[in-house]
Amino acid sequence: MKEKSSKDRIKRRDFVRKSLHSIVGLSIGGLAGVLFSRSSKEEMVWQLDPNICIQCEKCAVNCVLPHSAVKCVHSYSMCGYCDLCSGYLQPGAKHRDTGAESQLCPSGAIKRTYIEDPYFEYTIDEELCVGCGKCVKGCNSFGNGSLYLQARHDRCLNCNQCSIARRCPSQAWKRVPASQPYILRGDESGKYRKG
Amino acid sequence: MKLKKLKIFFVALALLCPVFVYSQVQERFPKPDFESGYVRPDLLTPAPRSVVWEYMDILVLVAALSLATYFAHKLRSRRNIFLLMVFSLVYFGFYRKGCVCSVGAVQNVSFALFNLAYVIPLSVILFFALPLIFTLFYGRTFCAAVCPLGAIQDAVVLKPISVPEWLARLLSMFPYVYLGLAVLFAATGAGFIICQYDPFVGFFRFGADFNMVILGMSMLLLGTIVARPYCRYLCPYGVLLNWMSRLSRRHVRITPDECNKCRLCEESCPFGAIKKADEETQPMKKETDVKQLAVLFILLPVIVFGFGWVGSRLDISLSRLHPTVSLAEEVLLENAGKRTEMTDATKAFRATGKPLEELFAEARAIQTQFHKGGWILGGFIGLILCLKLISLFIRRRQLEYDVDKGTCLSCGRCFAYCPYEQVRLGQMTPEELKELDRRDVSIKQFRA
Repeated sequence: MKEKSSKDRIKRRDFVRKSLHSIVGLSIGGLAGVLFSRSSKEEMVWQLDPNICIQCEKCAVNCVLPHSAVKCVHSYSMCGYCDLCSGYLQPGAKHRDTGAESQLCPSGAIKRTYIEDPYFEYTIDEELCVGCGKCVKGCNSFGNGSLYLQARHDRCLNCNQCSIARRCPSQAWKRVPASQPYILRGDESGKYRKG
Repeated sequence: MKLKKLKIFFVALALLCPVFVYSQVQERFPKPDFESGYVRPDLLTPAPRSVVWEYMDILVLVAALSLATYFAHKLRSRRNIFLLMVFSLVYFGFYRKGCVCSVGAVQNVSFALFNLAYVIPLSVILFFALPLIFTLFYGRTFCAAVCPLGAIQDAVVLKPISVPEWLARLLSMFPYVYLGLAVLFAATGAGFIICQYDPFVGFFRFGADFNMVILGMSMLLLGTIVARPYCRYLCPYGVLLNWMSRLSRRHVRITPDECNKCRLCEESCPFGAIKKADEETQPMKKETDVKQLAVLFILLPVIVFGFGWVGSRLDISLSRLHPTVSLAEEVLLENAGKRTEMTDATKAFRATGKPLEELFAEARAIQTQFHKGGWILGGFIGLILCLKLISLFIRRRQLEYDVDKGTCLSCGRCFAYCPYEQVRLGQMTPEELKELDRRDVSIKQFRA
């Protein structure tokens, strides 16, 4: 008699377990289904909006990479090609030249090339750029704003929680679709306009 | 008083204006017309990793899960599981730099459920759901050989000690609290704390915060004597896997055949996941248990409600971790004249010209969310605590040595200890086993 009741109990336990198994299985399926309905095949990547960015210099040190994935980019279409470039030269620099003491960039990542009188071209050496945004601040304050910061996606690891975004004081970072990975200015601004 | 505050605010605004006027894009200098035939270089925009690689990750995940299950269930080979584990450590860990992982995907899922604007990538859904589904059928083979966080800890297990049961029970509450907090913070948009406090991801990337490096190092050091401390006493995804595994259809067993209670496997599990068989003589004291159980069941709603209330009281302090709320608080302090220097965040906010009322309304809405979430979080923790207490009083007859389905990671360490496994592998004949068995029984009789 006792033997039978313990067997019954095992049967009952088994039944409860199996029904729970099915319920949980179905609910995971349901949850996945709900999520699928508003998912996208694309990955989302991190990017900072240069129109919100305040150049606080946190991008330079808060990336998980030893050399930040944030670099300065240059929209040539917006640049005034000035001789007196407030993004390149220290404020109050004695000479308008390529001397280290004249340069604003702490790592000498901006290359100044003479084009024709009175124009100079400025290009960014991404290997040297640390993403501090000092030049961006300079260009914004007295120039056309053609220099700005962007996460470069050949470097960015696309962490689930971006370590810079977490510390960004102006909340300029957001997740954007991988097909529109940059928020650009100037002539290029239409390149990744949201569809 | 109010006038004074307003005055301070306007003075501050007026002082700030010249600084922020410039943050807008302006065409101060006209675009030059070049005469020398100079052509402007293009702005290079290197694309992110192609979507093909994302499918590759999903494929590798499915393959690794299937292989892990095959190795644990069919081959019962610890060596193969270990090799697969090393592969996962290299691929998901060092090659893919630990992102996205199933543990962190919990947050993306909760974020997506509560924020309709967030478009969750397909791969993240699969990374969240596939290991759960596999576990629901075959046990936690994901933990054994696929999870890179588990793998890095498993690789450093040197001399595991067994954690005292009371301590293990106490520590096993932490994953529930961690999971609850992670879901609350992700759902409200305050951030992904599992990623933020992931102790091992720094190793995968060869760089992290100093504090996180220290935490990771100490976790690995601790891991040499307490096997897989993160998996057992912190991992929030482990909570879900534990639930799935308990309901699993097929789960690995220590013996491939039957258990003769030889006790050889007793000490083989570094994770303390082996349930010992009852001694024949152990009496069952049922009456007292039933009384205590009844008391617990009566207390259950009280405890759940009490914890919920405590959780709801924590809403303000928890909500400070949300950037919008902390910004609103800073702005309030500045307006009240309690801060002399503005932070980057408040400067940036004031530059946007957004009305203060809007910010405060947003912050209040988030605090309300935290209030509700606090009730749920507290209630959840209370409920889990009660269930753990109740499980202390429910004893089931354990007829043989078997794994604890919830906590067993299907790593396969115990297999080789079983004499029946030796028979299965052909290293011992059934006759030899019987001989051993007989001798063992006579020794037991002799001792008795």
